[in-house]
Amino acid sequence: MSGFGGFVLRRAVGTVITLLAISVIVYVVFYATPGNVAQITCGPRCSPEQVHQVAQQLRLDDPLYVRYWHFLQGILVGQDFSTGTSVEHCSAPCLGLSYQGDTQVTQLILAKLPVSLSLVFGAMVLWLILGVGTGILSAWRRGRLTERVLTGITLAGVATPVFVIGLVLMIVVCGQLQLLPFPQYVGLTDDPEQWAWNLLLPWLSLALIEAAAFARLTRAAMLETLAEDHIRTFRAYGVGERSIIGRHALRGAFAPIIALNANNVGSAVGGAVLTETLFGLPGIGQELVHAVNVVDLPVVVGMVLVIGFFVVIANAVADVLYAVADRRVVLV
Amino acid sequence: MSLVEVTDLTVGFGSLRAVDGLSFRLEKGAALGLVGESGSGKSTVASALLGLHRGTGADVGGSVRVAGIDVQEAPDAELRRLRGGKAAMVFQDPLSSLDPYYAVGDQIAEVYRVHVKASRRAARARAVEVLDRVGIPDAARRARSRPHEFSGGMRQRALIAMALACEPDLLIADEPTTALDVTVQAQILDLLHTLREETGMGLLLVTHDVGVAAESVDEILVMRHGRAVEHGLVGAVLGAPAQAYTQELLGAVPRVDAPRTASAVTEEVVLEASGLRREFGRGKKAFVAVDDVSLTIHRGETLGIVGESGSGKTTLGRMLVGLLEPTAGEIKPGGGVRPDVQMVFQDPVSSLNPRRSVGESIADPLRAQGERDEGRIRGRVRELLERVGLEAAHYDRYPHEFSGGQRQRVGIARALAADPRVIVCDEPVSALDVTTQAQVVALLAELQRELGLALVFVAHDLAVVRQVSDRVAVMRRGRIVEYGPADEVYESPRDPYTKQLLAAVPALDPEVAAQRRTARRQLTAV
Amino acid sequence: MSEAIVASQAPGTDLASVPGASGARQFWRRLRTQRAALVAAGVVALLVLLALAAPLLTAIEGQDPTTYHPSLIDSARGGVPVGSFGGVSGDHWLGVEPQTGRDLFARLVYGARVSLGVALGATVVQVLVGVVVGVAAALGNRWIDQLLSRITDIFVAMPLMIMSLALLAIVPSSFPRPLLVAFVIGLIAWGNTAKIVRAQTLTLKGLDYVSAARLSGWNTWRIARRELLPGLAAPVITYAALLVPMNISAEAALSFLGVGVKPPTPSWGQMLTAANVWYQAAPQYLLLPAGALLVTVLALTVLGDGVRTALDPRAASRLRVGTGRKREAKADADSKKATADADSKKATADASAKMAATEADSKKATADASAKKEAEA
Repeated sequence: MSGFGGFVLRRAVGTVITLLAISVIVYVVFYATPGNVAQITCGPRCSPEQVHQVAQQLRLDDPLYVRYWHFLQGILVGQDFSTGTSVEHCSAPCLGLSYQGDTQVTQLILAKLPVSLSLVFGAMVLWLILGVGTGILSAWRRGRLTERVLTGITLAGVATPVFVIGLVLMIVVCGQLQLLPFPQYVGLTDDPEQWAWNLLLPWLSLALIEAAAFARLTRAAMLETLAEDHIRTFRAYGVGERSIIGRHALRGAFAPIIALNANNVGSAVGGAVLTETLFGLPGIGQELVHAVNVVDLPVVVGMVLVIGFFVVIANAVADVLYAVADRRVVLV
Repeated sequence: MSLVEVTDLTVGFGSLRAVDGLSFRLEKGAALGLVGESGSGKSTVASALLGLHRGTGADVGGSVRVAGIDVQEAPDAELRRLRGGKAAMVFQDPLSSLDPYYAVGDQIAEVYRVHVKASRRAARARAVEVLDRVGIPDAARRARSRPHEFSGGMRQRALIAMALACEPDLLIADEPTTALDVTVQAQILDLLHTLREETGMGLLLVTHDVGVAAESVDEILVMRHGRAVEHGLVGAVLGAPAQAYTQELLGAVPRVDAPRTASAVTEEVVLEASGLRREFGRGKKAFVAVDDVSLTIHRGETLGIVGESGSGKTTLGRMLVGLLEPTAGEIKPGGGVRPDVQMVFQDPVSSLNPRRSVGESIADPLRAQGERDEGRIRGRVRELLERVGLEAAHYDRYPHEFSGGQRQRVGIARALAADPRVIVCDEPVSALDVTTQAQVVALLAELQRELGLALVFVAHDLAVVRQVSDRVAVMRRGRIVEYGPADEVYESPRDPYTKQLLAAVPALDPEVAAQRRTARRQLTAV
Repeated sequence: MSEAIVASQAPGTDLASVPGASGARQFWRRLRTQRAALVAAGVVALLVLLALAAPLLTAIEGQDPTTYHPSLIDSARGGVPVGSFGGVSGDHWLGVEPQTGRDLFARLVYGARVSLGVALGATVVQVLVGVVVGVAAALGNRWIDQLLSRITDIFVAMPLMIMSLALLAIVPSSFPRPLLVAFVIGLIAWGNTAKIVRAQTLTLKGLDYVSAARLSGWNTWRIARRELLPGLAAPVITYAALLVPMNISAEAALSFLGVGVKPPTPSWGQMLTAANVWYQAAPQYLLLPAGALLVTVLALTVLGDGVRTALDPRAASRLRVGTGRKREAKADADSKKATADADSKKATADASAKMAATEADSKKATADASAKKEAEA
C-alpha cells in the first residue's frame, strides 16, 4: 500500500487504535481505582441500596476486562440497564447512566453539545482570522514599528490565561461599559442574531489567546520561509514583495498553521471549559465541572471520552491536511 | 556599451570586506568565469550584479552597470525589470531554489508575467516552451510537477528554463553544477554551451572548479580575498598562469589524466570482503544499496571506490568499518582479529563533537582500549596532533576553533589513535577547497607510506581518486561495474558507464574540453 | 593560508553557531544581549525570592494566610472589607479578602509558592518522562520505537485540562493536593517533550561524531551519556523553559475550577474564582491574583524565549537533517510539528535590527510548527 490513499487509510486505522487505547486507559483509570468503586461512582450521597444497585449495574463481580467489554458494547450497539423495577434501554452510542440526574449520559451530552460546538467553532474562525492576519502583517512589516507593537501584544496574549482575559472582558464590557449583556446562551436555530450577540464575548476571550499563538507562529513560519533560497530566486527574478509575501511566504506557513490548529483543539477545549464556567454557558465543559464536583463518574467518563474523540479526530484530520499542505512530508 | 561594467566594486558585511575594489567588463555575448575558493567573494559579485544586496544592510561601493542600467542608482521598479528580464540568475542548489509548493511550470509562468504582459494561459504556454527548450522530456506534462518530483539535473534544467523565459541578455550562473553528479554536470554545461550559441546571450559563470570554467567560458577572472588576482583568456590563464596564487591553485587541482606515483603495495591481505549485500527497508519499500560486492585490500595500497550519488559507495564504506551490518556476505580481517579498521568522515562539521575538546575526541580510542594512564594518553594524543600537522597545544581546543581542513586533520588523528591497519576515507576532501584538499591528500599519502596503512578512498571525484589510488572500483547502483589497477581503468576503460564518467570530467585545457564535448555527444548519440 | 580563510571569512559556514560550542559561557553571552530576557529573569528571580521568603515576609507583616478577621469585614455592605482600597493598612499591606478578612498579601505570597512549586514539579515530571521515553524510542529497535511513539501520540492527543479535571476528581482528598496537581499535570502532558527528545536523539545519532565514538569501541551506554545527552540539553532546557509558564496557567485554571489546590491552601486560581463575585465591591481582589498571574507567566514566557534564542536549538538540527533515512526524516517532520509554539526569537530580541538581520535570525529562530501549550487554558 502506498501513496496518499494508503497514508489516509493507515492514519484512519491508527486513529481507531488510539481511540480504543484512550477508552481502555480512561476506563481502567476510573473504574479500577482502589476503594469502593460503586460508592465512588454513585457519589457520596447515595444510600446503601443505591450503592448495591450500582454495583450490580457495573457488574462489579465480573473481571475488569468483561466489564470493559460490556462498556464497549454499550457504545457500539447499545445496552440495557436494570433500574430495579424496569429495564431501560440505552441505545448506541451508550455511555451509561448518570446517577445524580438518573439520565442517560449520551442524552446529557447531546443536549449540551450545541453550546460547546458553537463556542469552539465560532472562536476558531475568529482566532484563525485574527491570528493569521496579525502574523502576515508582522511578517510584512518586519523590522518596523508595526511589527514591534504587534509582537508585544501577541506576547502578552500568549501569556494571559484565558480566564483572566475572560474575567476582565466581562467586567469591563458587560459590567463597567455595559456594551453587551452578560452572556446567556440562545440557540442558533432559535435566534441567530441573539446567538451571535451573546456568544461574542466568550468567543473573543477564547479567540484572543489562541490568536496570539497563531500570530506568533505565522510570523515565525513566514520569516523562516522568507530566509529560504527559493525566495531569493524570486527576488532575483524581479517578483514583487507583495507576491513574495502573499504567495510564497504564506504558502510556506500553511503546514505549520494546520499542525498548530490541530494541536490547539485540545487546549481550546480546555479553554472552552473555562470560558463556559466563567460565562455560565450551559455547555459540556460546565457540565463536566459540575459532574466532577459531585463525582458523577459515568458522566465524567462519558465526557472525557467524547472530548477525547473530538480531539483525536481533529488531530487525524489535521495530519492528513498537513500531508496535503506539505507534500514533502515523508508518508510513513 | 558593454553588457556588464563593474568599476571598483566593494561589498562589505559589517567589518568583513567580501569584495574589495573589483573591476571588469563583459561584452555582449561573451562568457566570463569568476573562479575562486570559498570566501573569495565570487558569489557576492554575482548577487551585486542584480542588486540583490539592496536593503540587506550590506555596504556596496563602486559602480555596477548591467545592460545599461546603473544597478546602484536605479529605482526599485527599474531594478525589478533588470532582474529576470535582462539578466537572469541560476543558483547552486536547484532543489532549494524553487518553491516546493508550486508546480514548476507555474513558477516559470509567474516570473514571465512579471516581465511580459501576458495572459495566464500564454505564460503557461511559454513555460512549457522553455522547459522543452532545455530538454525536459514531455514538457507539457512535467510543467505540472512540483520540484521534488524532478531529479537534480532536471531541476537545474528547470531553473535554466526560468532564466530563459524572458530572453535575457545575460545569464549569471552561480555554481550551477556543484550539487550535481559529474555526468549530469556535463549535460548541464553542454546545455549552457548550446543555449549560448543559439541565443547569443552573455554568460557570467561563478565556480570554484577551474575545470568547469575551462569548459564553458572564454575569459577567466581568478579571485582571492575579494580582489582580482589574474584576468585573461582561458587558454592564457590556465596554460601559463602569471601569478603565484593562480599557479598554486592550478597545481592543487587534481588531474584525471595524471597517474599516481607508485606506492609500496604488498601482497599481504588486510581486509577481505566477499558477496556483500545491504538492503534498506523491508517489504515493497526494500531497496538494495549494495549488491554482491567483493573486494580485497592489501597492506600499503589505496583502493579507490568511485561512483555518483546513490551508487552505494558510502554504504559499502560503512559496512567495511562495521558501522552497518551487511544483509549478506562477510568481511574478514586478514590475519589479525582486532578491530583495526577506522574511518575518516566527510563532513568536518558533524564529525567532531562540538562539546568536547579535540584532544578528548582523539583520545577516545585509547581510553576505550583500556588505557588509564592520563600522562600516556596525553603524550600519545600530542604526538598524533603533531603527526597530522597540528600543534600539540591544540589538545584543549574545541572544534569550532579550527578550519575545515584542520578538522579533517583532527579526524585523521582520531582514526590513527586506534592504530588501525585500514582506514576507510569517506569523501574526506569533498567539503574542502582545492588547495586544502591537496594538503590533506598529501598527508594521507605520507601517513600511508610511513605506517604501511591500507586506505579505502571513497569519493565521487574521479580526478582525486586517480590521484590517490593504486586500484579502483567503479560503482553504479550498488554494484561494482569495473575493478582493476587505476591506470588501466582510467586509460582503457572497458565498461560503458566508466567511459561515460570519464568523458564527463571537465578538462582544464579548453581544446581538450571541446574534444570531450564532441565525444560526449557521440556517446549519448549511440 | 586558505584553510584560515575558510574559518574566518566564509559567511554562513555555521562555524560559530554550532550549539554548545563553548558551552555555558556562550549561552550567557547570548542571553545577556537580550534586554527583555534579562528584565524577565530579574522578575522571575524576584518572584522566586518572594515565594521562598513567604513565611519571613508574612512574619514581618505580622499576618498569616489563613486567619479570619471578621472585624475587618463590613457585613452590612455584604461582606466587603472595611476601609478604602479593600482595607489596605499598615497591618494588612494589600488589604483583606472580602467575606473572610484573610490577609491578601499573605495569600498572594503563599500563592506564589504553590504556583511556582506546582509548575516546577510538573515540569520536572514532564522532562523526566519525556527524556526517558524519547531516548528509549530513538535508541530502541523498531518495535520499541513503534510502541513508545504510539503511546506518545496518545498522550499528545489527550486534552490536559479535561483529563486532569477528571483525574483530580477521583483521587481521595487525603493526598497532598499541590503534589498531586503537579504529578497529574506532569504525567499527562509529557508527550511533546518526548517527541522533541526522540527527534533530536535521532538527529544526533546520525551525526558522524557518534559513529566515530562507536568506532572507538565505546558501548551504547557510554555513547548515550557522553555524546547524546549533552546534545539533548539545549532543546530540553529550551522546551522546559516554555513548559513552566504553561504549567502555571494550568494549575491556576484547575484551581479556578475548584479541583486544583483546595482551601485553605491559598492559590491564585482560587482567588480569581472568588473575585468573579467580588470584583465590583473589592476590585483589587481581582487585580492582585490576575496581575500576579499575568506578570509571572509573561516573565517566564519572555525568559523562555530568551533561553531559546541563546541556545538556538534549530542550529543543532540544521547541522545535518537525516541522511536519507526515513525514520530520521519522519522524526524531523514530527519535531517540526511538536516543537512548541514556535515563534521567532526575535519577538524579544532587538526588533529594530536591520532587515537582513531579521531574516538571517529568523532562519535560526525556530519557526516550525507547533504543538503549543495544552495548558494555556
